[in-house]
This record gives sequence, structure tokens and C-alpha cells, in this order.
Amino acid sequence: MSGIMDQMTAKALALNIPLSAHIDITYRCNERCVHCYLDHDDHGEMTTAEIKHLLDEMAEAGVFILTLSGGEIFLRKDFFEILEHARQLMFCVKLKTNAVLIREREAQRLKELHVESVQISIYSHRPEVHDAITLVPGSLKRSIDGIRMLKAQGLNVKIANVLMTQNMADYRGVRALAEELGVESTLDPTVTPMLDGNREPLNLGVNVDALRQVFRDESLVGNAEEFCAIPSAEGAPDLDATPCSAGHTACYVSPYGEVFPCVAFPYATGNVRRQRFADIWHHSEQMNEVRAIRVKDLTTCTSCTHVTSCSRCPGLAYLEGNMRGPSTQDCEKSFARTGVPSANMLAKKQRAAANLVQIRALPTLASASV
Amino acid sequence: MSRIYLARNPKVAARSIDGEMMIMSGRDSTLFTLNRTATILWQAADGATPLDEIVDHRICVEFEVERGEALQDAESLARELASHEILQISEQPIAASSTATPAAGSR
Repeated sequence: MSGIMDQMTAKALALNIPLSAHIDITYRCNERCVHCYLDHDDHGEMTTAEIKHLLDEMAEAGVFILTLSGGEIFLRKDFFEILEHARQLMFCVKLKTNAVLIREREAQRLKELHVESVQISIYSHRPEVHDAITLVPGSLKRSIDGIRMLKAQGLNVKIANVLMTQNMADYRGVRALAEELGVESTLDPTVTPMLDGNREPLNLGVNVDALRQVFRDESLVGNAEEFCAIPSAEGAPDLDATPCSAGHTACYVSPYGEVFPCVAFPYATGNVRRQRFADIWHHSEQMNEVRAIRVKDLTTCTSCTHVTSCSRCPGLAYLEGNMRGPSTQDCEKSFARTGVPSANMLAKKQRAAANLVQIRALPTLASASV
Repeated sequence: MSRIYLARNPKVAARSIDGEMMIMSGRDSTLFTLNRTATILWQAADGATPLDEIVDHRICVEFEVERGEALQDAESLARELASHEILQISEQPIAASSTATPAAGSR
């Protein structure tokens, strides 16, 4: 992050301004990715007018960075009308798409509207792997064609890859593909539960051994020794710090107008179809509950070795049952990285041991049998 | 001296955060914050109002400054903002762009 962005984020945090917002304008999609956390049926998306009104309210509230995502954004026939409105309001617009529907005309229009960046999901450089994840034959070729068209317009394109068991062997291939296309790439080992709490997609995530291997790949992490170093015992954590930007300077709005602290944190705080965005942001009891949480309020994590270096996601913790609790996936990442189990992992081990003790014969029964 | 006209560059992203204007360049996504004078120029840059009128009606009103000096400084600042592709400058009025409207913002 640039110095100015740091400065403005600090200001937004102090003044309670939602500097960035993510809107999923549809959950409909032309791919059926095996790890996707969304229900793709349309249960009554916001209309064009409703989204434009929301954008007006967000600009007024101070939102600067606007991410438009889905589902697949190009499935909305009014996509460019929404984008034009967003750019008239001078948002810094970032798009997330699979690029399957991007052809020269779309790429040219995106350039004319000066979007800041376009992020495209690519899971493998091999069609048989990528297409088996999207469940759409030919999708890798279409996405790569889309990337080439965006690049031909001079747009800032990024490839996003999610690491799963199915494509574990291919992340280097995706990076090489990105290099060949002249675009940046990111790799995320986080597979999230479905928004309804269904945890089945988690079975697709890679195990700790595979994570360990990835975290020691210097082409990804730079100096592996430094990246995997055990957190220093020195230096107390800032217990008054906020755990992440969700609900502090960032928020998420679903296609149905529901406002959440973050796309990965489905804690309903209000609905822009019934309330003003600013009222939800400033006055929602739920938003203020999330906002009040400080590092010192985190059960288990406060006493964990990893507290200063962990990527703990409060949304994943919420989906696990407690927004102030640990997120086991992040515990596993910290463990894979450093070899040191988290406080949560140790506590679970102790609980498991305690449960084993309970199956012993109770003393009263034992004495009764004498 | 010929008159110059200013317009907001439609490529940029912009927002006023508590009165401080934050601008992202459309050329390379570099972020800028504008000082008070630059913010006045940005807000008044409608493509139709000449710079000397902006200086008379906005800058000289806000700051206790001699007109000639203010005009010279404002022009130099406007040219600097144009070099970063934040503003467009022309000796003719600039037609309204389809993507540049005054940025809303918090407070």
C-alpha cells in the first residue's frame, strides 16, 4: 500500500469512513467452480436503479475503492450502465470476472471507462485441470483470450488463483502463464465455506503438508527462512488494534442489498433496499458490534504465539461459530509456515485428550461393582 | 495574456475525505492528495470557467493574496496537475466529458 493510501486509511478509520466497498452485482455465473461459496440462482437481484442509487449513497459516504464482482458481472445486461455511473461518480473501480464474455468491444469499453484493474480467476495453465474446476469445457481458452484482449487495450490485469488439491501441482504453471501474458498473479490457499455455512468446499483445500511446501517456495514468498520464521516472543501485541478492515473501512453488499462487514463475513448488518447505506454503516447494531472488537477481545488468539503475524480472518472465525474466536484455517496456515501449533490447535488437542478421559468407568460405578 | 481553461481529467478516480481530496492517476494509479489551493482548482475545473475567474472568485476570496501573484501561482499549479494528468488545460473551453463530474465525498 502506498504512503498516501496508508494515510487516508488511517484517516478513514479514525473518522469511520467506508473507504472501500465490494458489491456483488449478481450471484449468477456462467461457470460452476467446484469450490464456489455462492448459490447461483437469482433470488431477486437489485435493479439497475437500486444499484445506481446505492452508488450515489456510497460516494456520498466516502467510498473511494469500489470492487464490482459476482457471480459473473458480464451476465448483467446493465453492467456497462452500472460501470458508467460508477465512473461518473469517480470511484476507483476494480473488477473481478472470469473474462469468458470479454471480447474486443467489452475490453475497449472498459478502457474508455478507465477501470483501475481487472482480476481474472485462472486455476491452472492446463485446460484439463482449469476446466475441470470451472466445469465448463473451453473456459481456460476463453479466459486467456479475454486477458489478451484486455492487455491489448493496455488495461491492468491480474490473475487470481485459488490453491486446491485439484490444482496443487499447477501453481507454478499459472505463474509462468501470467508472466507470458504480462500480468500479475496471486495465489490464495483459502477455500471458504458456503455463505449458508455449508463447509463442504473446505474438503477441496490443500493439507498442511502441501501448504508447508508452498510456504517454502522462494519464487512465491521471497526469503523462505524469513517468511517461515517463528514469531519473536519479544514485543507485546497491540491489544487495542482492530483485527482487520472489515466493518472499519470496508464493507460488502450482496446482489440482494444485504450489507455485510466483508464478502467473507456474512453477518447481516442491514439492507440498502430498506435503509440508507450511511445509516447501516454508522448505526447498525451489528456493524458496531464488529467494529467494537479489538485484538484484546479475541478469545484464544490473544494468548497465541502467532497473534502478531497470523492472517486470522474474522469472517472465517464467524463461520466457525464465533467472530471473536480463532479461524482454524488460519491457524493451520501459521502452523504450516512456522511448525509451531497455534493456541487454538493446542486447546483442541487438550479438549480431545479430556474427552478421552471421560470414557473411563466412573468411580461410583466401579465401586458399585465391588 | 490568453485565458486558460481547466477540466477534470476523466481518467482519474477522486474522493474528498474529510475535506482532503484524494486523486488516483488514470495513467499509473499513483495516488495524490491535493492541498487547499489545488482542491479549489479541481473543484472549479468545469471546462467553462477561465482560470482568472477562478482566481478572482475563489482563490483571492479564500486567501489574502495579490491577484497577479495568485494568478501566476495558480497557473503554475494547474500545469503541474496537468503534468500528472489530473487536470486538462486548454486555451479554449473544454467540452464536458462523459466521465468527469465533481467528486462527492464524506463530510
